[in-house]
Formats: sequence, C-alpha cells, structure tokens
Amino acid sequence: MKFLVSVLLTALLGFSLGLYFPWWTVALSGFAVNYFLFQKPLIAFASGFLGIFILWGIITMMRSIANDHILAHRISLMILKKDNPNLLIALSALIGGLVGGMGALCGSLLRKTRLTA
Amino acid sequence: MLRIISFLVALLLTSGLIYILDSKKVLPVPLGKLLSPQEGLWQNAEPVNASFNDELRFPDLKGKVDVYLDERLVPHIFAEDDNDAYFVQGYLHARFRLWQMEFQTYAAAGRISEIIGDRAVSYDRTQRRMGMVYGAENALREMEKDPAIKASIDAYTAGVNSYISNMSSSELPVEYKLLGYKPEKWSNFKTALFTKAMTNDLAGYDRDIEFTHALQVLGEENFRILFPEIADSSATIIPKGTVFSQPAVMPEKPATADSLYLHRRDSAWFLPDFKPDPANGSNNWAVAGSRTKSGRPILSNDPHLRLSLPAIWFEMQMHTPNFNAYGVSFPGIPGIVIGFNEYIAFGFTNSERDVRDYYDIKFKDESRREYWFNNTWRATENRVEEIKINGGFSLMDTVSYTVFGPVLYDKSNKTQLKDNRAYALRWVAHDPSNILKMWHLLNRAKNYDDYLAAIKYFNIPGQNMLFASKDGNIALWQQANFPMRWKDQGLFVMPGQDSSYMWKGFIPQEENPHVINPAEGYISSANQRPVDSTYPYFIPGNYDVYRGIIINRRLSSMEQVTPEDMMKLQNDNYNVFAEYARPILLNNIERSKLDDTEKKYLYILSAWNLKNDPQEKGPTVFTNWWDSLQQVIFTDELNQTDLPVIMPEKFVLLEALLKDTAFRFIDNIRTKEKENLPDMITIAFKKACMELQNAEKEGRLNWASYKNTSIYHLLRNGALPFARTGLQNGGGVNVINATTHDHGPSWRMVIQMTDEIEAYAVYPGGQEGNPGSRYYDNFIDQWTTGKYYRLWFMSEKEKNDKKIIWKMIFRS
Repeated sequence: MKFLVSVLLTALLGFSLGLYFPWWTVALSGFAVNYFLFQKPLIAFASGFLGIFILWGIITMMRSIANDHILAHRISLMILKKDNPNLLIALSALIGGLVGGMGALCGSLLRKTRLTA
Repeated sequence: MLRIISFLVALLLTSGLIYILDSKKVLPVPLGKLLSPQEGLWQNAEPVNASFNDELRFPDLKGKVDVYLDERLVPHIFAEDDNDAYFVQGYLHARFRLWQMEFQTYAAAGRISEIIGDRAVSYDRTQRRMGMVYGAENALREMEKDPAIKASIDAYTAGVNSYISNMSSSELPVEYKLLGYKPEKWSNFKTALFTKAMTNDLAGYDRDIEFTHALQVLGEENFRILFPEIADSSATIIPKGTVFSQPAVMPEKPATADSLYLHRRDSAWFLPDFKPDPANGSNNWAVAGSRTKSGRPILSNDPHLRLSLPAIWFEMQMHTPNFNAYGVSFPGIPGIVIGFNEYIAFGFTNSERDVRDYYDIKFKDESRREYWFNNTWRATENRVEEIKINGGFSLMDTVSYTVFGPVLYDKSNKTQLKDNRAYALRWVAHDPSNILKMWHLLNRAKNYDDYLAAIKYFNIPGQNMLFASKDGNIALWQQANFPMRWKDQGLFVMPGQDSSYMWKGFIPQEENPHVINPAEGYISSANQRPVDSTYPYFIPGNYDVYRGIIINRRLSSMEQVTPEDMMKLQNDNYNVFAEYARPILLNNIERSKLDDTEKKYLYILSAWNLKNDPQEKGPTVFTNWWDSLQQVIFTDELNQTDLPVIMPEKFVLLEALLKDTAFRFIDNIRTKEKENLPDMITIAFKKACMELQNAEKEGRLNWASYKNTSIYHLLRNGALPFARTGLQNGGGVNVINATTHDHGPSWRMVIQMTDEIEAYAVYPGGQEGNPGSRYYDNFIDQWTTGKYYRLWFMSEKEKNDKKIIWKMIFRS
C-alpha cells in the first residue's frame, strides 16, 4: 500500500514540478516522497523509478499517438538509428524512471541517516 | 557514518546521471532534457488535429488584425494598417519557421561555428571575407533612410520578437533542442542579412579565378572556343531583331590590357571556396491575351533553387486598405516576394549576369595595412571579424578593405598567394541599396508604370522581372545594377594596382534589356543570355541555353492557352538537349566493338522517347554517356596542370560537334594515336556502361531511382531523418521540369489575370518548419506528381467561408 501511494505521489509531484521547472526535478519528486514516506532504499528506488516511468511513459505515449508518431518516427531514426516510435517512448520512460528512482534512493538514504541520529 | 557515505555516493551518482543527461558533454545530445515529455522534443509532436485558433494582444498594433487559416495552413492576413500586416507577418514567420529564418541569417553572417563548432570555421570565414555582413550593413543603412521601408521592417522585426519573447522553452523548435542553443532577438539587420543570403545564392557565382587558370593553360584561341560568350542556338529573352539604342558612353579598354591582363602569367593557382550552386535559375513566361482562351494574360513562374526542408517559401495573403497581395514570402523579410495582387502578377528568374570581379592587390608588407594603388601606398581599412566557435576559442580574422572591396583571398587562407599578394572582391552586393522597396511597391502596383517604378530600386541580384496585368499587358525587364564593361573586362582576375581596371559605372537602367507586349504574344526567360550580339554592352554570365529553346518552341505553337496548359508545360519532361545530341552519339558509335550488355543499353537509348519521365531508362543512359563524353574529350586538355580547370558548358561540345565532327579537342593528347569522334564516343560509352551496370544491379536504372530526388533538411546529413528522399520525380538539367537530385522548382505558380484571378501553385514542403507537424512536408506528394492547389484569393466578404478552418485574432 505504502509502495503504491509513493509511486502515485512521485508521479503526481513529478508532473507538477515539470510544469514549471526543468525536467530533472523529477529526481526531486522521488527524493521528497521517499524522504517523507520512508521505504527501504531498494524499494524506494523501485517506487521512484516506477512513478516517473509511468508518468513519462503515459505522457509521451499520449503525445505521440495524438501526433500519429510523425515526430517519433523521425527522432527514433535519428537517435536510435531505427524507425521505432515505441522504442523511443520506452527510452524516454526509462530515462525518466532512472532519474526518478535515483532521486528516490537519495531520499531514502538521507532519511536513513536521520533515523539513527 | 556508513549511511552518510552511502547517501553521498547515491547523491553523487544521481547528480552525475542528471549532468550526463542534461548536457552534450558525454552524449552527443542532452538525452534526458530532449526526451522529457514536458520540456523536450515531445512538446514538438504537434497533434495531427491541432487547433491554430488564437487570441493575442500586442500593444504595438495600431488596429485590428484577423488571420484566417485555410486547410493548408495558408494565412490570410486582414489588417487595418499596413505595418500591422507586416507585424503579423513577422509573428507568423516566427511562429511557423523560426529556426530556419534564424539559421539562414547565421549562415549569411558567417556564424555557423557558434552553433556547430569548428567544422564550420572555413565556411564562416569565407562569408565574412566575402563582405556579407558589410553588404548587409550598407543595405540596411539605405533601407532605413526610407521612412516607409523602415516602418515596415521595424514592424516585421517587432512581430518576430513578439513571438520569440512570448515563447516558452518547451515551445522551442526541435532543431534548437537538438543542437542545444536558443534564438536571439530578431533585428532589422537580420532582415538585411537575409537579402544578402538570397543575393549570394543568385549572384554569388563566378568563374573568374577558374577562367584565369584556363586562359593560361589553353591559350586565348582555345579558351574562346571552350568558353564562348554566346551560344549560337540560344533563344534570347528579348526577341531577336529588337533594335537597341546606342549608348552615350562606352567604357574603354585600358592600354595595358593585352600585356597586363589577357596575357598575364600567374603562378598563384587555387580553387575558390563555397561557391553557390550555378543551377540556381528558374523559368518564367507570360502569355498575352491574344494567345489565351480567356483573352487575359497568364503568368507562370517556377524558381529553381536548392530544395530544402523547411522550405524556403512561406505562402500567404496580406490584405490591408492599401494593398492585397497573395503569393510566397521569404521567412526573414516583409512582403510578398512572388505572386500577385488584384491588378498585376509578378515573377522572377535569375539573370545569371556576372556582377563580381577580382582585383590582384599588392600589399606593402606582411602587416597588410597598405597596398599599392595609383602610384602610392594606400592604407587599407581593417575590419576585425570575431568568429565564435562552439566549444572553443574565438578565431579573430582581420579582413582588409581596399578601394575595390574586401580582400577575399590572401596568404592566410590561400597559401598560393605569395609575396604579399591578395585578391580583393568587387561585388554589386556590397553597394547600398533599398531592394525591399521594390517588393513594397510591387505588392501595391496597379499597372505597368507602377511596376516600372518599383523595379528601379532593385540593384542586385540581377533578375528577369516578369509582369502581367489584368489590363492586358505583359512585360519583362532584366533588372539590376549591371557594371558597364569593356570587352573581356572581369572575365579574369584583373590588375588592382591602379584605377584603370575599375568599373566605370553601371549600364543606365533604361538600357537594361526589356520587352513589352511583343508581337509573338508571349515572353519567356529561363536564365539564358537575354539578348543577341547586337546588344551594345559586354555582358558575361553563366547562362543556360536549352530550357529557353524548348519553352519558346512550345509557347510559339500554343493557342487558346489555359492555366492547365501552363501547369502541364511547367511539368514538361522533354529533353531538347538529348534531341540534338542523341543523333551524334548513335551515328558515331562503333557497334562492332560492343558486347551484348552494351548493345542492350544502346538499344534503350535509341528506343527512348526523349522524355525524362520517372520510369524511363533512356535518360539514365543518355546522361551518363554524354557526361562521360565530356570527360574523355576535355579532361586531357584541361588537366594539363595539377589543378582542375572548370568544364565547359554542355552546349559547347554539342554545338561544336553539330558543326564539325573533327572538333579540335577530340584527340586525346595523352596518347600517340590520333583519335577521331567515333573512337571517343565508343570509349565514352564503354565507360558509361560500367556505371549503368552498377545502377542496374542496384535496381536504379530507371530515371527517378537513378536521380533519387531528395529534399534535405537544412542541416543536411546532420538531420537525414528530417529529409524526404527517393521521390519519384522526372525532369532534370536542360528540361523545363528542372528537378535534379536536390535542386529544382521550389515554387510552381500559374496566374490567370481574369477579373476573378485564377491562380494555381504548389511548393515542395509545407507551411510548418516543425518536423513533428503534419504540415511539415504535406505538399511534397502533390508537387512530385505535378499537381497544384487552387489558390484562394480571399476577399473581405468571405470571412465566414467554410474554407476557413482556424482564426487568429490580434488586438492591441
């Protein structure tokens, strides 16, 4: 339950921060959620990863579908050397997930230092 | 403690990850930033059903402006004030084409290194040394002296900037995101720079340096044969038999010309850099009412340029109480550049006249601060150009300005120039001019007199300015400031030690070649020499020959002409060059020396219908064979030194062989045997067959596949997925449909000047510059298949027409 809540919170906070701040603030989202809602480091990473992976995956997929994948066809050829919009969407989600997860890991680890103190 | 360390390690890893994904330092692109859905390129994935409705407020506006967008995303601007219309035009250019308009002006100013780093340095340096920035400054000064023009550019600039300053970083065009930079503010100066970019494309080509080498290698007699002034077969723009008035003054050849100029021996041999494409040309023609079905003139124009995405043109209508013009505009400058208004239509082709000369300068010493001129050491004016380089230190280049113009080549970029010598460039593009005034007036012109008054403002690039009006007139003026030259002046690099070789002025405007309502009932131009040898002035140039011949042949046999006929003519794939050249090939080939494969290709050529249609194989065989013949006939003479000399134009060999099959260059001077024409034609064919076999193996023997018509993104190989390649287009060099691999009709337009103007056009691109938009390349298939769109010249009464899909409202 706590895991699901933190996944959702990470996604929500990540989305809100993304409206006004640079892309990498998704790391802050993972960080904040797991600092205040403590989970073990590995679980924290997983929840942060999943939260942003889902967030970025859904937005990119929605945008790309609305676009008939016109841009994704071209950019995937450019970046991945492969005409594969879905792969580009997956890569976007993965990158977001990694950054979100790392932020979450940091949050959890910092909280852990406080717990002993 | 361990916990703190593990936190710090995780923090470090996270920061490192973000750093890698946010910068270009490790990966070639900032991958995280780029792929983030709320900031990166996904924001450029424009929904296919996107709405362009908008309501905007700008305090700069004096009145109301409504923009109606039709289903092709063509804006129809309705403004209460002229300058408001230019403001909104600037806004829309930026809204749909910002990256391209800025990139093109960076290129003109020699600033590409700022974006892509040191691989552009030599390009940038050449642009600076060519005086592009200097020319733009001179032009802007002149334009800003004219209150009406200044107001229009000011408004245009304000419009562009109102878009830029209201744009969020997620709205940045995708190229900025990929390359990692941001747009600057637009300025009137950038508009002037754009006019210079256009000028360089159309009037920046010269062969003076190559000719200087060729003259020396070949000797004067052979040079005249290979690089003649006039093609005998050329169909001139101005009808033959036109009587030209005798000039009041003719420039005089300096007494030293034979010894110091024509028979000069020179060891400084090098090749010039970054020459514009000599194929930048065009077709235009106007048919008078006497030959049309409607009884009113029809004007047609298709400018041939390097094809690119985003397209060079942006289509629009501008309507104010003072003018109502429709056509294509250049993102970067105000106004309609090719098109029509309620009274007249106007179109352009390139004159191909030579307006650039080089002068051999002698500096006093290494410092290049003084040069020998009129028996004294004269000080140069030095201009320090800072070329900023992305990821490196700036390069400082000092460019010396002489009485002739900037020093384009000296020891610092051409080591062959020893002993403090240098080549200065005299170019009409450096002279002050108010060329935007021409379009300003043309957009408002009501008749021939207005057109004539407008074109006088245009000093360069030399254009064949075609005119047709509702009141039944057709006319063409070849217009620019063309230097008045004595015979041979400026063909070669000229002595620059005194004023005797300088231009003595320009041909008086009223003596520029022109024609009004000719008896033939039509006027056409296709980059050929405008006049025959009776024109009193010496007018060298890089003229085309064959498109003019076939256009005139077609037009002279047409009656009851309709716009449909003109569209068909613009897409005509008949190869008139091959019509003349094929018999020479077929009559001289030694069939007994051919194997079966070669005989097969020979059969393809003899059975060909002379049309460069997409599925024909004949054009592939013919093109390879003739090119190979040029090579085997001329290479031995031209390559007598290390440096290649320029190839003669195609008409030279063809006209020579039509006259005399014992043409003196046929023999290969490198062999002991004396070759004759059949020998060379057979050798050339066998060489061509090797290429043809390769092509056939790869399944690209048919013309469209062989030619592989492609429209590249402006970043060329840097953005291949943004290109459209492998288009199934016919046409080619010497064909009315002048579509080659990556060059050709950048806008095809046919305008019938009936009371309700009937206009058709298409361009290979789309209204949006965004590769993530469906409007990026949506006209290309229509263009490839030779189809057109009927243009909607919207009237004020049609504000509720169902052709309007979106509406943008601009208020102060």
